[in-house]
Amino acid sequence: MNASITPITMPKFGLAMTEGKLAGWMVRPGATVRAGDDLADIETSKITNAYESPAAGVLRRQVAQEGEMLAVGALIGVLADADTSDADIDAFIAQFNAEFSAGAAEEADDTPPEPSVMDVKGRSLRVLDIGHGEGDPIVLIHGFGGDIGNWLFNHAALATGRRVIAFDLPGHGGSTKDVGPGSLEFFSSVVVDLLDTLGIDRAHLVAHSLGGAVALTTVKNAPSRVTSLALVAPAGLGPDINMEFIDGFITADRQKTLIPVLSYLVHDKGLIGRKMADDVLRYKRLDGAVDALRQVAAANFTDGRQTDNLRPVLETAPPTLIIWGKDDEILPSSHAANLPDAITVEILPDTGHMPQMERSEEVNTKIRAFLAH
Amino acid sequence: MSKKSYRQAINEALRLEMRRDPRVIIMGEDVAGGQGGTSGVVDAWGGVLGVTKGLYTEFGPERVLDTPITEASYIGAAAGAAATGLRPVAELMFVDFVGCCLDQIMNQAAKFRYMFGGKARTPLVIRAMFGAGFNAAAQHSQALYPLFTHIPGLKVVIPSSPYEAKGLLIEAIRDDDPVIFLEHKVMYDDEEDVPDESYTIPFGEANLTREGDDVTIVAFGRMVKLANEAADKLERQGISCTVIDPRTTSPLDRDTILDCVADTGRLVIVDESSPRCNMAADVSALVAEEAFDALKAPIRRVIPPHTPVPFASVLEALYLPDAAKIEAAVKAVMNHKVTEAA
Repeated sequence: MNASITPITMPKFGLAMTEGKLAGWMVRPGATVRAGDDLADIETSKITNAYESPAAGVLRRQVAQEGEMLAVGALIGVLADADTSDADIDAFIAQFNAEFSAGAAEEADDTPPEPSVMDVKGRSLRVLDIGHGEGDPIVLIHGFGGDIGNWLFNHAALATGRRVIAFDLPGHGGSTKDVGPGSLEFFSSVVVDLLDTLGIDRAHLVAHSLGGAVALTTVKNAPSRVTSLALVAPAGLGPDINMEFIDGFITADRQKTLIPVLSYLVHDKGLIGRKMADDVLRYKRLDGAVDALRQVAAANFTDGRQTDNLRPVLETAPPTLIIWGKDDEILPSSHAANLPDAITVEILPDTGHMPQMERSEEVNTKIRAFLAH
Repeated sequence: MSKKSYRQAINEALRLEMRRDPRVIIMGEDVAGGQGGTSGVVDAWGGVLGVTKGLYTEFGPERVLDTPITEASYIGAAAGAAATGLRPVAELMFVDFVGCCLDQIMNQAAKFRYMFGGKARTPLVIRAMFGAGFNAAAQHSQALYPLFTHIPGLKVVIPSSPYEAKGLLIEAIRDDDPVIFLEHKVMYDDEEDVPDESYTIPFGEANLTREGDDVTIVAFGRMVKLANEAADKLERQGISCTVIDPRTTSPLDRDTILDCVADTGRLVIVDESSPRCNMAADVSALVAEEAFDALKAPIRRVIPPHTPVPFASVLEALYLPDAAKIEAAVKAVMNHKVTEAA
């Protein structure tokens, strides 16, 4: 194949993604792009995401049309130098498509890993445990109303050469709906129970939102179990919390009322689709789910403010990275101000409360670089 | 979460509710599973279609009542039991048998709350299988949900998939009014991911299984699956459809239907029940009255002819709506040209 031609293929944004829809091209044919420029919007069953160019060059061909649904790995466009001939590009496309359709038949058995429900000291928790390697494992802790799906774009990327465990907190996803008092102390005791059950002495905690406050509480109560902290828009560092989101998330019981509530989560409101709302509704329909959310909200957001101040924990915390979206509408990024110097703070522009989904590649790169030190 | 069939999803809903609430009982012909004659085998079949398998052995004869073949007596008994504190789930087997017990449903159960001034509750569920496509002939293939939808005081549920069936049946059992729960007999082996836990899907809230800009398709029960097939095929041809599964015909989620028609301006309704006074007619009247100005083309109904369901399989296939007929109807409304008045 011609070395100066780069195939642009349907990306795999998450573990479960097998196909994606080309929602829209962001670059016209003939335009010059740099590596990292947004090429196209790719829509999956979960979320729409920008696809960044893997290389520099001229977008010579848009092979996929807008609205077209394609398997992961299928050719959607061709990047090449301006002086590569059209005949070479046509030949490249023909050869790629022939090889791809032959390969697709062989890989039809490529099923994504499935989470399992395990007993953790008498509680049933849904756990997705993937990856192997040297070094302490990572445990991913989601936030209020979340589940392991919040790490869809991060889990596999972080699990190259490392064990990474995502789990649903009690009250959430496929775990028991018994949240006891619903407090940070309770949830952090569950994190320690999970480490015990999995035979893990120490772990890196990567945690989002209320999960960030759970991770900080775990450092406070069991410092020897935590190697490092990577906190994404964490709770616990200031008083403010968007109660319209919390109350709306608890009470909205149909797509139409839930979508505006979920829109608080992201900078680009177009990301919130019907499928995402439907997944949340499916969870909320489970017996006990809404009661659990009410209990967690009552314990952690009394009178419209965050109950616990965990800033003191950061004075003596292990190495800590904090990533925050500048336009976070749930927990303001200003909560990351005036933290101890040892803590690395990254504020991402044009990003809401879910940087790990909205800026997944950037967040994955930053966390991997942080863990490599 | 694991893959479960429509049959397993319904079984699981019954089992979970019977474990949760001792007032829940089931009754009907052969619901105890078939005693296997004098062989001593208990629960040999799990009911005529295996839906109640294992319930007799878990809950015993006090709560899983095999009844004689007398629909009027056991549906009446179930209505009375509901009014006096139990939460019966009575199985009518084929919905076509409702002719034998309609008075108990229409004049008794459906009327208790109203005629006792709101003082009586009737938490009764009547399960039955319906629909054509099984070569079960004219007396065992009808889609009679319009008959029940017509009667005030009844709630009417038509689950379109295993996930829907489990959540809607648990909701039905916890509801304090009589609910007619209609299972499509061709769908019992359909599978999809269904949570292991209990969950409820509220009545009167339609589900959008596809979302598009060009045409709204309203489909009922198994027709939702066919509408999705047609919509996927049309999507590849550049026509995007919204598919609405109303889930319940009574109550009917009018707002969602009207909202979607306002967005797309075109409506196709897919209903496998006999065409006169059916849901397609009902939804057509709703949209014609409330959203006339939004329509860019006449409403199209994909419906069977006004005849009994034929037994011969070629005729039965001809009788039923299918994905190709839905596709053709969508193209017809897309191609409609408005002629200017002279």
